[in-house]
Amino acid sequence: MDLYQELILEHSKRPHHAGLREPFQAEVHHVNPTCGDEVTLRLLLEGTGETAVVKDVSYDALGCSISTASTSVLADEVIGRTVKEALETHAAMHAMLTSRGQDAGSEDVIGDGVAFAGVSKYPARVKCALLGWMAFTDALNRAEEDS
Amino acid sequence: MSTPFGAEELSRIRAGFPILSRTVRDGKPLVYLDSGATSQRYAGVLDAERAFSEQVNAAVHRGAHQLSEEATDAYEGARATVARFVGGRADEVVFTKNATESLNLVAYGFSNSVAGQPKDPRLTLGEGDEVLVTEMEHHANLVPWQELARRTGATLRWVGVTDEGRLDLSGLDSVLTERTKVFAFTHVSNVLGTVNPVRELVAAARAVGAVTVLDACQSTPHLALDVVDLGVDFAAFSGHKMYGPTGVGVLWGRGELLQAMPPFLTGGSMIESVWMDRTTYAAPPQRFEAGSPNAAQAVGLAAACDYLTGVGMDHVAAHEHALTERLLAGLAQRPWVRVVGPTTTVDRVGAVAFDVEGVHAHDVGQVVDDQGVAVRVGHHCAWPLHRRMGVTATTRASLAAYNTPEEVDTFLEALDRVPDIFGMAS
Repeated sequence: MDLYQELILEHSKRPHHAGLREPFQAEVHHVNPTCGDEVTLRLLLEGTGETAVVKDVSYDALGCSISTASTSVLADEVIGRTVKEALETHAAMHAMLTSRGQDAGSEDVIGDGVAFAGVSKYPARVKCALLGWMAFTDALNRAEEDS
Repeated sequence: MSTPFGAEELSRIRAGFPILSRTVRDGKPLVYLDSGATSQRYAGVLDAERAFSEQVNAAVHRGAHQLSEEATDAYEGARATVARFVGGRADEVVFTKNATESLNLVAYGFSNSVAGQPKDPRLTLGEGDEVLVTEMEHHANLVPWQELARRTGATLRWVGVTDEGRLDLSGLDSVLTERTKVFAFTHVSNVLGTVNPVRELVAAARAVGAVTVLDACQSTPHLALDVVDLGVDFAAFSGHKMYGPTGVGVLWGRGELLQAMPPFLTGGSMIESVWMDRTTYAAPPQRFEAGSPNAAQAVGLAAACDYLTGVGMDHVAAHEHALTERLLAGLAQRPWVRVVGPTTTVDRVGAVAFDVEGVHAHDVGQVVDDQGVAVRVGHHCAWPLHRRMGVTATTRASLAAYNTPEEVDTFLEALDRVPDIFGMAS
Protein backbone atom coordinates (compact mmCIF):
# COMPACT_ATOMS: atom_id res chain seq x y z
CA MET A 1 0.00 0.00 0.00
CA ASP A 2 1.31 3.43 -0.96
CA LEU A 3 0.61 4.91 2.48
CA TYR A 4 3.54 3.26 4.22
CA GLN A 5 6.48 4.61 2.23
CA GLU A 6 9.92 3.35 3.27
CA LEU A 7 10.82 6.87 4.42
CA ILE A 8 7.84 6.96 6.77
CA LEU A 9 8.67 3.57 8.25
CA GLU A 10 12.31 4.62 8.75
CA HIS A 11 11.38 7.87 10.46
CA SER A 12 8.83 6.09 12.68
CA LYS A 13 11.31 3.44 13.80
CA ARG A 14 14.15 5.88 14.42
CA PRO A 15 12.62 9.34 14.86
CA HIS A 16 15.10 12.21 14.43
CA HIS A 17 15.67 14.77 17.19
CA ALA A 18 13.42 12.80 19.58
CA GLY A 19 13.51 13.34 23.33
CA LEU A 20 12.89 16.45 25.41
CA ARG A 21 15.85 18.84 25.69
CA GLU A 22 16.87 21.99 27.54
CA PRO A 23 16.90 24.87 27.01
CA PHE A 24 13.51 25.74 25.53
CA GLN A 25 11.20 28.76 25.37
CA ALA A 26 7.84 27.09 24.90
CA GLU A 27 6.48 23.67 25.69
CA VAL A 28 3.11 22.43 24.42
CA HIS A 29 1.16 19.22 24.82
CA HIS A 30 -1.24 18.12 22.08
CA VAL A 31 -3.61 15.18 22.10
CA ASN A 32 -5.60 13.49 19.38
CA PRO A 33 -8.79 12.72 21.33
CA THR A 34 -10.04 10.06 18.94
CA CYS A 35 -7.07 7.75 19.44
CA GLY A 36 -5.30 9.07 22.53
CA ASP A 37 -2.08 9.93 20.69
CA GLU A 38 0.00 12.57 22.43
CA VAL A 39 2.97 14.77 21.73
CA THR A 40 4.88 17.04 24.07
CA LEU A 41 6.98 19.46 22.04
CA ARG A 42 9.57 22.03 23.08
CA LEU A 43 10.78 24.91 20.99
CA LEU A 44 13.86 27.12 21.22
CA LEU A 45 14.13 30.24 19.04
CA GLU A 46 16.96 32.71 18.53
CA GLY A 47 15.80 36.21 17.74
CA THR A 48 12.26 37.48 17.33
CA GLY A 49 9.62 37.76 14.64
CA GLU A 50 9.77 36.12 11.25
CA THR A 51 13.55 36.22 11.06
CA ALA A 52 14.00 34.33 14.33
CA VAL A 53 15.82 31.04 13.83
CA VAL A 54 14.51 27.72 15.13
CA LYS A 55 17.46 26.54 17.23
CA ASP A 56 15.84 23.36 18.51
CA VAL A 57 12.66 21.31 18.40
CA SER A 58 12.60 18.44 20.86
CA TYR A 59 9.66 16.17 21.59
CA ASP A 60 8.24 13.15 23.29
CA ALA A 61 5.61 11.50 21.08
CA LEU A 62 3.28 8.59 21.61
CA GLY A 63 1.48 7.69 18.45
CA CYS A 64 1.10 5.77 15.24
CA SER A 65 3.79 5.49 12.58
CA ILE A 66 2.32 8.39 10.61
CA SER A 67 2.27 10.85 13.50
CA THR A 68 5.70 9.78 14.81
CA ALA A 69 7.32 9.98 11.39
CA SER A 70 5.67 13.31 10.62
CA THR A 71 7.02 14.86 13.81
CA SER A 72 10.48 13.48 12.99
CA VAL A 73 10.36 15.05 9.51
CA LEU A 74 9.12 18.29 11.05
CA ALA A 75 12.16 18.51 13.32
CA ASP A 76 14.45 17.78 10.35
CA GLU A 77 12.82 20.45 8.23
CA VAL A 78 12.50 23.32 10.69
CA ILE A 79 15.62 23.17 12.87
CA GLY A 80 18.07 25.75 11.59
CA ARG A 81 15.42 27.57 9.53
CA THR A 82 13.82 30.93 10.13
CA VAL A 83 10.29 31.11 11.50
CA LYS A 84 9.17 32.41 8.10
CA GLU A 85 10.64 29.39 6.31
CA ALA A 86 9.25 26.99 8.90
CA LEU A 87 5.76 28.44 8.47
CA GLU A 88 6.05 28.10 4.69
CA THR A 89 6.99 24.45 5.14
CA HIS A 90 4.01 24.00 7.46
CA ALA A 91 1.69 25.64 4.94
CA ALA A 92 3.00 23.39 2.14
CA MET A 93 2.64 20.24 4.29
CA HIS A 94 -0.88 21.26 5.31
CA ALA A 95 -1.88 21.97 1.72
CA MET A 96 -0.55 18.62 0.53
CA LEU A 97 -2.08 16.61 3.40
CA THR A 98 -5.54 18.11 2.91
CA SER A 99 -5.51 17.89 -0.90
CA ARG A 100 -7.19 14.47 -1.15
CA GLY A 101 -4.38 13.25 -3.38
CA GLN A 102 -4.32 16.33 -5.66
CA ASP A 103 -1.09 17.91 -4.37
CA ALA A 104 2.03 15.70 -4.41
CA GLY A 105 4.13 18.27 -2.56
CA SER A 106 7.53 19.67 -3.52
CA GLU A 107 10.68 18.11 -2.13
CA ASP A 108 12.41 21.50 -2.30
CA VAL A 109 9.92 22.90 0.21
CA ILE A 110 9.02 19.97 2.46
CA GLY A 111 11.96 17.56 2.05
CA ASP A 112 11.10 14.06 3.33
CA GLY A 113 7.59 15.42 3.83
CA VAL A 114 6.79 14.33 0.26
CA ALA A 115 6.63 10.75 1.56
CA PHE A 116 3.36 11.75 3.22
CA ALA A 117 1.57 12.57 -0.05
CA GLY A 118 -0.28 9.23 0.18
CA VAL A 119 -1.74 10.18 3.56
CA SER A 120 -3.98 12.76 1.89
CA LYS A 121 -5.99 9.92 0.34
CA TYR A 122 -6.87 8.67 3.84
CA PRO A 123 -8.83 11.51 5.47
CA ALA A 124 -8.88 9.75 8.84
CA ARG A 125 -5.09 9.82 8.95
CA VAL A 126 -4.53 13.46 8.04
CA LYS A 127 -4.85 14.53 11.66
CA CYS A 128 -2.19 11.95 12.61
CA ALA A 129 0.26 13.57 10.19
CA LEU A 130 -0.66 17.05 11.42
CA LEU A 131 -0.44 16.39 15.17
CA GLY A 132 3.24 17.41 15.48
CA TRP A 133 2.78 20.35 13.13
CA MET A 134 -0.17 21.66 15.16
CA ALA A 135 1.98 21.42 18.28
CA PHE A 136 4.83 23.22 16.53
CA THR A 137 2.72 26.18 15.33
CA ASP A 138 1.13 26.40 18.77
CA ALA A 139 4.62 26.48 20.35
CA LEU A 140 5.63 29.25 17.91
CA ASN A 141 2.65 31.35 19.02
CA ARG A 142 3.45 30.82 22.67
CA ALA A 143 7.13 31.64 22.19
CA GLU A 144 6.13 34.89 20.47
CA GLU A 145 3.64 35.78 23.21
CA ASP A 146 6.37 35.32 25.79
CA SER A 147 9.07 37.18 23.90
CA MET B 1 -27.45 -23.74 23.91
CA SER B 2 -28.63 -23.22 20.37
CA THR B 3 -26.52 -23.98 17.28
CA PRO B 4 -24.64 -21.63 14.91
CA PHE B 5 -26.32 -20.72 11.61
CA GLY B 6 -25.99 -23.16 8.76
CA ALA B 7 -24.48 -21.86 5.49
CA GLU B 8 -27.87 -21.31 3.83
CA GLU B 9 -29.34 -19.61 6.85
CA LEU B 10 -26.31 -17.33 7.07
CA SER B 11 -26.52 -16.32 3.43
CA ARG B 12 -30.23 -15.58 3.91
CA ILE B 13 -29.34 -13.35 6.86
CA ARG B 14 -26.62 -11.59 4.87
CA ALA B 15 -29.09 -10.94 2.05
CA GLY B 16 -31.03 -8.81 4.53
CA PHE B 17 -28.07 -6.42 4.77
CA PRO B 18 -27.42 -5.10 1.24
CA ILE B 19 -24.29 -3.17 2.24
CA LEU B 20 -22.48 -6.44 2.93
CA SER B 21 -22.29 -7.17 -0.77
CA ARG B 22 -20.43 -3.97 -1.65
CA THR B 23 -16.70 -3.72 -2.24
CA VAL B 24 -14.16 -1.30 -0.81
CA ARG B 25 -10.53 -0.31 -1.52
CA ASP B 26 -10.28 -1.23 -5.18
CA GLY B 27 -12.79 -4.03 -5.44
CA LYS B 28 -12.18 -5.97 -2.25
CA PRO B 29 -15.28 -7.51 -0.67
CA LEU B 30 -16.23 -5.63 2.47
CA VAL B 31 -15.53 -7.56 5.67
CA TYR B 32 -17.38 -5.57 8.29
CA LEU B 33 -16.00 -6.24 11.76
CA ASP B 34 -17.02 -2.93 13.34
CA SER B 35 -20.56 -3.72 14.46
CA GLY B 36 -19.61 -2.83 18.04
CA ALA B 37 -19.37 0.79 16.90
CA THR B 38 -22.43 0.66 14.70
CA SER B 39 -24.08 -2.37 13.18
CA GLN B 40 -25.29 -2.50 9.62
CA ARG B 41 -28.98 -1.87 9.14
CA TYR B 42 -31.44 -4.63 8.39
CA ALA B 43 -33.35 -3.91 5.16
CA GLY B 44 -36.65 -4.63 6.94
CA VAL B 45 -35.87 -1.75 9.29
CA LEU B 46 -35.64 0.63 6.33
CA ASP B 47 -38.86 -0.82 4.90
CA ALA B 48 -40.64 -0.16 8.18
CA GLU B 49 -39.38 3.42 8.38
CA ARG B 50 -40.33 4.04 4.78
CA ALA B 51 -43.78 2.50 5.18
CA PHE B 52 -44.40 4.68 8.23
CA SER B 53 -43.24 7.79 6.37
CA GLU B 54 -45.13 7.05 3.17
CA GLN B 55 -48.37 5.82 4.65
CA VAL B 56 -49.08 7.05 8.18
CA ASN B 57 -46.74 9.94 8.93
CA ALA B 58 -48.30 12.53 11.22
CA ALA B 59 -47.67 14.08 14.61
CA VAL B 60 -48.15 11.41 17.25
CA HIS B 61 -50.30 11.96 20.34
CA ARG B 62 -51.96 14.99 18.74
CA GLY B 63 -54.57 15.74 16.17
CA ALA B 64 -57.99 14.29 15.67
CA HIS B 65 -57.40 12.92 12.22
CA GLN B 66 -56.95 9.39 11.01
CA LEU B 67 -53.28 9.72 10.13
CA SER B 68 -52.47 10.96 13.60
CA GLU B 69 -54.30 7.99 15.10
CA GLU B 70 -52.41 5.58 12.90
CA ALA B 71 -49.06 7.25 13.55
CA THR B 72 -49.73 7.13 17.28
CA ASP B 73 -50.66 3.44 17.03
CA ALA B 74 -47.46 2.73 15.12
CA TYR B 75 -45.33 4.62 17.65
CA GLU B 76 -47.00 3.04 20.67
CA GLY B 77 -46.91 -0.34 18.95
CA ALA B 78 -43.16 0.12 18.57
CA ARG B 79 -42.92 0.83 22.28
CA ALA B 80 -44.77 -2.40 23.08
CA THR B 81 -42.50 -4.40 20.74
CA VAL B 82 -39.33 -2.99 22.28
CA ALA B 83 -40.72 -3.68 25.76
CA ARG B 84 -41.42 -7.32 24.85
CA PHE B 85 -37.92 -7.62 23.41
CA VAL B 86 -36.28 -6.75 26.73
CA GLY B 87 -38.92 -8.28 29.00
CA GLY B 88 -40.43 -5.05 30.35
CA ARG B 89 -43.80 -3.28 30.18
CA ALA B 90 -44.63 -0.82 27.42
CA ASP B 91 -45.13 2.08 29.84
CA GLU B 92 -41.62 1.47 31.15
CA VAL B 93 -39.98 2.12 27.77
CA VAL B 94 -38.81 5.67 27.02
CA PHE B 95 -37.63 6.49 23.52
CA THR B 96 -34.58 8.74 23.44
CA LYS B 97 -32.08 9.87 20.83
CA ASN B 98 -29.49 7.26 21.81
CA ALA B 99 -28.16 5.37 24.81
CA THR B 100 -26.05 8.36 25.84
CA GLU B 101 -29.21 10.41 26.22
CA SER B 102 -30.85 7.53 28.10
CA LEU B 103 -28.01 7.45 30.63
CA ASN B 104 -27.99 11.23 30.98
CA LEU B 105 -31.74 11.12 31.55
CA VAL B 106 -31.24 8.87 34.58
CA ALA B 107 -28.21 10.83 35.83
CA TYR B 108 -30.14 14.10 35.68
CA GLY B 109 -33.04 12.34 37.38
CA PHE B 110 -30.81 12.21 40.46
CA SER B 111 -30.08 15.94 40.47
CA ASN B 112 -33.21 17.47 38.92
CA SER B 113 -36.31 18.12 40.90
CA VAL B 114 -39.76 19.54 40.38
CA ALA B 115 -40.16 22.87 42.12
CA GLY B 116 -42.21 22.62 45.26
CA GLN B 117 -42.49 18.84 45.20
CA PRO B 118 -40.83 16.43 47.60
CA LYS B 119 -38.40 14.07 45.96
CA ASP B 120 -38.09 10.32 46.39
CA PRO B 121 -35.12 9.76 48.72
CA ARG B 122 -33.82 6.94 46.50
CA LEU B 123 -33.31 9.49 43.72
CA THR B 124 -31.83 12.21 45.92
CA LEU B 125 -28.11 12.74 45.95
CA GLY B 126 -25.85 15.00 47.99
CA GLU B 127 -22.65 15.24 49.97
CA GLY B 128 -21.81 11.99 51.73
CA ASP B 129 -23.62 9.95 49.07
CA GLU B 130 -21.72 7.90 46.54
CA VAL B 131 -22.10 6.99 42.90
CA LEU B 132 -20.48 3.73 41.83
CA VAL B 133 -19.37 2.84 38.31
CA THR B 134 -16.74 0.46 36.94
CA GLU B 135 -13.38 1.00 35.30
CA MET B 136 -14.60 -0.71 32.10
CA GLU B 137 -17.35 1.78 31.28
CA HIS B 138 -17.79 3.47 27.95
CA HIS B 139 -17.50 7.25 28.39
CA ALA B 140 -21.29 7.40 28.00
CA ASN B 141 -21.71 5.54 31.29
CA LEU B 142 -18.91 7.37 33.06
CA VAL B 143 -18.92 11.07 32.20
CA PRO B 144 -22.63 11.66 33.08
CA TRP B 145 -21.94 10.17 36.55
CA GLN B 146 -18.78 12.25 37.00
CA GLU B 147 -20.84 15.34 36.23
CA LEU B 148 -23.68 14.21 38.50
CA ALA B 149 -21.22 13.79 41.37
CA ARG B 150 -19.83 17.27 40.68
CA ARG B 151 -23.29 18.85 40.57
CA THR B 152 -24.45 17.26 43.79
CA GLY B 153 -21.30 17.00 45.89
CA ALA B 154 -21.56 13.21 45.91
CA THR B 155 -18.42 11.08 45.56
CA LEU B 156 -17.70 8.96 42.50
CA ARG B 157 -16.21 5.53 43.12
CA TRP B 158 -15.45 2.66 40.83
CA VAL B 159 -14.96 -1.09 40.72
CA GLY B 160 -11.58 -2.01 39.23
CA VAL B 161 -10.75 -4.39 36.41
CA THR B 162 -8.44 -7.42 36.60
CA ASP B 163 -5.52 -8.05 34.24
CA GLU B 164 -7.71 -10.58 32.45
CA GLY B 165 -10.31 -7.90 31.81
CA ARG B 166 -13.02 -8.84 34.27
CA LEU B 167 -14.50 -6.81 37.09
CA ASP B 168 -12.40 -7.13 40.21
CA LEU B 169 -15.13 -7.97 42.71
CA SER B 170 -12.72 -8.81 45.52
CA GLY B 171 -13.07 -5.33 46.97
CA LEU B 172 -16.72 -4.75 46.07
CA ASP B 173 -17.74 -4.47 49.73
CA SER B 174 -15.46 -1.49 50.21
CA VAL B 175 -16.92 0.55 47.32
CA LEU B 176 -20.53 -0.65 47.39
CA THR B 177 -21.79 0.46 50.81
CA GLU B 178 -24.86 1.98 52.40
CA ARG B 179 -23.54 5.32 51.10
CA THR B 180 -23.95 4.12 47.49
CA LYS B 181 -27.11 5.57 45.98
CA VAL B 182 -26.61 4.41 42.41
CA PHE B 183 -24.51 1.70 40.79
CA ALA B 184 -24.12 2.09 37.00
CA PHE B 185 -22.35 -0.66 35.09
CA THR B 186 -22.18 -2.17 31.68
CA HIS B 187 -23.65 -5.54 30.82
CA VAL B 188 -20.94 -6.22 28.23
CA SER B 189 -17.69 -4.28 27.81
CA ASN B 190 -17.46 -2.70 24.36
CA VAL B 191 -13.68 -3.22 24.44
CA LEU B 192 -13.05 -6.43 26.36
CA GLY B 193 -16.17 -8.32 25.33
CA THR B 194 -16.57 -9.35 28.98
CA VAL B 195 -20.11 -10.23 30.07
CA ASN B 196 -20.54 -8.99 33.62
CA PRO B 197 -22.35 -10.97 36.35
CA VAL B 198 -25.40 -8.68 36.40
CA ARG B 199 -27.49 -10.72 38.84
CA GLU B 200 -24.65 -10.84 41.37
CA LEU B 201 -24.05 -7.10 41.07
CA VAL B 202 -27.76 -6.33 41.36
CA ALA B 203 -28.08 -8.50 44.48
CA ALA B 204 -25.15 -6.68 46.08
CA ALA B 205 -26.60 -3.28 45.14
CA ARG B 206 -30.05 -4.19 46.46
CA ALA B 207 -28.55 -5.28 49.75
CA VAL B 208 -27.39 -1.69 50.32
CA GLY B 209 -30.42 -0.04 48.71
CA ALA B 210 -28.60 1.33 45.63
CA VAL B 211 -30.42 1.92 42.36
CA THR B 212 -28.88 -0.05 39.46
CA VAL B 213 -28.37 1.28 35.94
CA LEU B 214 -27.35 -1.16 33.20
CA ASP B 215 -25.65 -0.09 29.99
CA ALA B 216 -27.07 -2.75 27.67
CA CYS B 217 -25.75 -1.32 24.38
CA GLN B 218 -23.37 -4.20 23.80
CA SER B 219 -25.70 -6.94 25.01
CA THR B 220 -29.00 -6.25 23.22
CA PRO B 221 -27.59 -7.25 19.78
CA HIS B 222 -25.82 -10.36 21.09
CA LEU B 223 -27.64 -11.92 24.05
CA ALA B 224 -31.22 -12.59 25.05
CA LEU B 225 -32.05 -9.86 27.54
CA ASP B 226 -34.71 -9.85 30.25
CA VAL B 227 -34.51 -6.76 32.42
CA VAL B 228 -36.99 -8.11 34.98
CA ASP B 229 -35.13 -11.38 35.30
CA LEU B 230 -31.80 -9.52 35.65
CA GLY B 231 -33.37 -7.38 38.34
CA VAL B 232 -31.91 -4.03 37.26
CA ASP B 233 -33.73 -0.75 37.86
CA PHE B 234 -32.78 0.92 34.58
CA ALA B 235 -31.35 -0.29 31.28
CA ALA B 236 -30.13 1.82 28.34
CA PHE B 237 -29.47 0.78 24.76
CA SER B 238 -29.23 2.13 21.22
CA GLY B 239 -31.02 1.26 17.99
CA HIS B 240 -28.03 1.54 15.70
CA LYS B 241 -26.02 -1.15 17.47
CA MET B 242 -28.79 -3.73 17.04
CA TYR B 243 -29.42 -3.49 13.27
CA GLY B 244 -31.84 -0.60 13.77
CA PRO B 245 -31.76 3.11 12.90
CA THR B 246 -29.52 5.82 14.31
CA GLY B 247 -31.30 8.57 16.20
CA VAL B 248 -33.26 6.29 18.48
CA GLY B 249 -32.28 4.87 21.84
CA VAL B 250 -34.19 3.37 24.73
CA LEU B 251 -34.34 3.82 28.44
CA TRP B 252 -36.18 1.06 30.20
CA GLY B 253 -36.94 1.87 33.83
CA ARG B 254 -38.82 0.06 36.56
CA GLY B 255 -42.30 1.59 36.58
CA GLU B 256 -42.43 2.87 40.11
CA LEU B 257 -38.96 4.47 39.81
CA LEU B 258 -39.83 6.20 36.55
CA GLN B 259 -42.98 7.38 38.28
CA ALA B 260 -40.88 8.97 41.04
CA MET B 261 -38.31 10.52 38.70
CA PRO B 262 -38.37 14.22 37.75
CA PRO B 263 -38.19 15.16 34.07
CA PHE B 264 -34.92 15.59 32.17
CA LEU B 265 -35.84 17.69 29.12
CA THR B 266 -38.97 19.78 29.35
CA GLY B 267 -41.34 21.27 26.79
CA GLY B 268 -44.17 20.00 24.65
CA SER B 269 -45.69 16.54 24.87
CA MET B 270 -44.44 15.84 28.38
CA ILE B 271 -46.86 18.01 30.32
CA GLU B 272 -50.08 17.44 32.22
CA SER B 273 -51.17 21.07 32.71
CA VAL B 274 -49.39 24.32 31.97
CA TRP B 275 -50.00 27.78 33.44
CA MET B 276 -47.93 30.88 32.82
CA ASP B 277 -45.97 30.37 36.01
CA ARG B 278 -45.91 26.58 36.50
CA THR B 279 -46.43 23.17 34.96
CA THR B 280 -47.36 19.71 36.08
CA TYR B 281 -45.99 16.76 34.23
CA ALA B 282 -47.39 13.74 32.44
CA ALA B 283 -46.94 10.21 33.70
CA PRO B 284 -44.07 8.14 32.33
CA PRO B 285 -43.08 7.40 29.65
CA GLN B 286 -44.43 10.69 28.13
CA ARG B 287 -42.85 12.70 30.97
CA PHE B 288 -39.45 11.79 29.51
CA GLU B 289 -40.25 12.36 25.84
CA ALA B 290 -40.24 16.12 25.39
CA GLY B 291 -40.91 17.45 21.91
CA SER B 292 -41.90 15.63 18.74
CA PRO B 293 -40.63 12.09 19.00
CA ASN B 294 -38.52 10.17 16.49
CA ALA B 295 -41.51 8.06 15.54
CA ALA B 296 -40.20 6.63 12.25
CA GLN B 297 -36.97 5.57 13.95
CA ALA B 298 -38.88 4.00 16.84
CA VAL B 299 -40.90 2.02 14.31
CA GLY B 300 -37.63 1.01 12.63
CA LEU B 301 -36.17 -0.12 15.94
CA ALA B 302 -39.26 -2.24 16.60
CA ALA B 303 -38.70 -3.90 13.21
CA ALA B 304 -35.13 -4.69 14.28
CA CYS B 305 -36.45 -6.23 17.52
CA ASP B 306 -38.96 -8.33 15.60
CA TYR B 307 -36.22 -9.42 13.22
CA LEU B 308 -33.93 -10.52 16.05
CA THR B 309 -36.80 -12.28 17.79
CA GLY B 310 -37.59 -14.09 14.55
CA VAL B 311 -34.00 -15.22 14.06
CA GLY B 312 -33.77 -16.09 17.75
CA MET B 313 -31.35 -14.43 20.16
CA ASP B 314 -30.06 -17.82 21.36
CA HIS B 315 -29.32 -18.71 17.76
CA VAL B 316 -27.51 -15.38 17.24
CA ALA B 317 -25.53 -15.92 20.44
CA ALA B 318 -24.51 -19.44 19.40
CA HIS B 319 -23.38 -18.25 15.99
CA GLU B 320 -21.34 -15.39 17.41
CA HIS B 321 -19.91 -17.70 20.07
CA ALA B 322 -18.52 -20.00 17.36
CA LEU B 323 -17.09 -17.03 15.44
CA THR B 324 -15.51 -15.61 18.59
CA GLU B 325 -13.89 -18.96 19.32
CA ARG B 326 -12.42 -19.02 15.80
CA LEU B 327 -11.18 -15.45 16.11
CA LEU B 328 -9.59 -15.95 19.53
CA ALA B 329 -7.95 -19.20 18.40
CA GLY B 330 -6.51 -17.45 15.34
CA LEU B 331 -5.16 -14.57 17.40
CA ALA B 332 -3.64 -17.02 19.92
CA GLN B 333 -1.57 -18.50 17.08
CA ARG B 334 0.06 -15.13 16.52
CA PRO B 335 2.52 -14.47 19.35
CA TRP B 336 2.89 -10.81 18.36
CA VAL B 337 -0.77 -10.20 19.23
CA ARG B 338 -1.96 -9.64 22.77
CA VAL B 339 -5.71 -9.83 23.31
CA VAL B 340 -6.91 -7.16 25.73
CA GLY B 341 -9.72 -8.99 27.48
CA PRO B 342 -10.60 -12.61 28.23
CA THR B 343 -8.86 -15.09 25.91
CA THR B 344 -11.58 -17.71 26.21
CA THR B 345 -15.25 -17.51 25.24
CA VAL B 346 -16.48 -17.98 28.81
CA ASP B 347 -18.76 -15.05 29.72
CA ARG B 348 -17.58 -13.15 26.69
CA VAL B 349 -18.98 -11.93 23.38
CA GLY B 350 -17.28 -11.17 20.08
CA ALA B 351 -15.86 -7.70 20.72
CA VAL B 352 -12.17 -8.59 20.58
CA ALA B 353 -9.63 -5.83 21.21
CA PHE B 354 -5.93 -6.49 20.89
CA ASP B 355 -2.51 -4.92 20.82
CA VAL B 356 0.12 -5.71 18.19
CA GLU B 357 3.57 -5.49 19.72
CA GLY B 358 5.36 -2.37 18.58
CA VAL B 359 2.72 -1.27 16.07
CA HIS B 360 0.12 1.40 16.76
CA ALA B 361 -3.54 0.40 16.41
CA HIS B 362 -4.09 3.04 13.69
CA ASP B 363 -1.45 1.36 11.57
CA VAL B 364 -2.89 -2.10 12.20
CA GLY B 365 -6.37 -0.89 11.24
CA GLN B 366 -5.04 0.77 8.10
CA VAL B 367 -3.28 -2.39 6.93
CA VAL B 368 -6.37 -4.59 7.33
CA ASP B 369 -8.54 -1.88 5.78
CA ASP B 370 -6.36 -2.11 2.71
CA GLN B 371 -7.64 -5.71 2.42
CA GLY B 372 -11.26 -4.60 2.82
CA VAL B 373 -11.56 -5.39 6.52
CA ALA B 374 -13.25 -2.71 8.64
CA VAL B 375 -12.19 -2.67 12.31
CA ARG B 376 -12.15 0.00 14.99
CA VAL B 377 -8.94 1.54 16.28
CA GLY B 378 -8.29 3.84 19.22
CA HIS B 379 -9.66 3.78 22.75
CA HIS B 380 -13.24 3.01 21.70
CA CYS B 381 -14.60 5.68 24.09
CA ALA B 382 -13.11 3.79 27.04
CA TRP B 383 -9.96 5.75 27.72
CA PRO B 384 -9.61 4.97 31.45
CA LEU B 385 -10.00 1.26 30.68
CA HIS B 386 -7.19 1.43 28.13
CA ARG B 387 -4.99 3.15 30.69
CA ARG B 388 -5.82 0.40 33.18
CA MET B 389 -4.91 -2.29 30.64
CA GLY B 390 -1.59 -0.55 29.94
CA VAL B 391 -2.27 0.41 26.32
CA THR B 392 -2.81 3.73 24.56
CA ALA B 393 -5.04 2.31 21.87
CA THR B 394 -6.21 -1.05 20.63
CA THR B 395 -7.52 -2.55 17.43
CA ARG B 396 -10.97 -4.05 17.86
CA ALA B 397 -12.72 -6.59 15.70
CA SER B 398 -16.38 -6.89 16.70
CA LEU B 399 -18.60 -9.64 15.38
CA ALA B 400 -22.27 -9.67 14.53
CA ALA B 401 -24.93 -12.13 13.43
CA TYR B 402 -24.12 -11.59 9.73
CA ASN B 403 -20.39 -12.35 9.95
CA THR B 404 -19.03 -15.58 8.52
CA PRO B 405 -16.19 -17.92 9.53
CA GLU B 406 -14.52 -17.05 6.21
CA GLU B 407 -14.57 -13.35 7.14
CA VAL B 408 -12.76 -14.15 10.38
CA ASP B 409 -10.12 -15.97 8.32
CA THR B 410 -9.82 -13.07 5.86
CA PHE B 411 -9.24 -10.73 8.77
CA LEU B 412 -6.54 -12.99 10.27
CA GLU B 413 -4.77 -13.22 6.91
CA ALA B 414 -4.94 -9.45 6.48
CA LEU B 415 -3.47 -9.08 9.96
CA ASP B 416 -0.45 -11.16 8.92
CA ARG B 417 0.59 -8.33 6.63
CA VAL B 418 1.29 -6.14 9.67
CA PRO B 419 4.59 -7.82 10.64
CA ASP B 420 5.63 -7.81 6.97
CA ILE B 421 5.11 -4.08 6.58
CA PHE B 422 6.42 -2.96 9.95
CA GLY B 423 9.38 -5.32 9.98
CA MET B 424 8.65 -7.13 13.20
CA ALA B 425 9.78 -10.70 13.84
CA SER B 426 6.59 -12.71 13.26
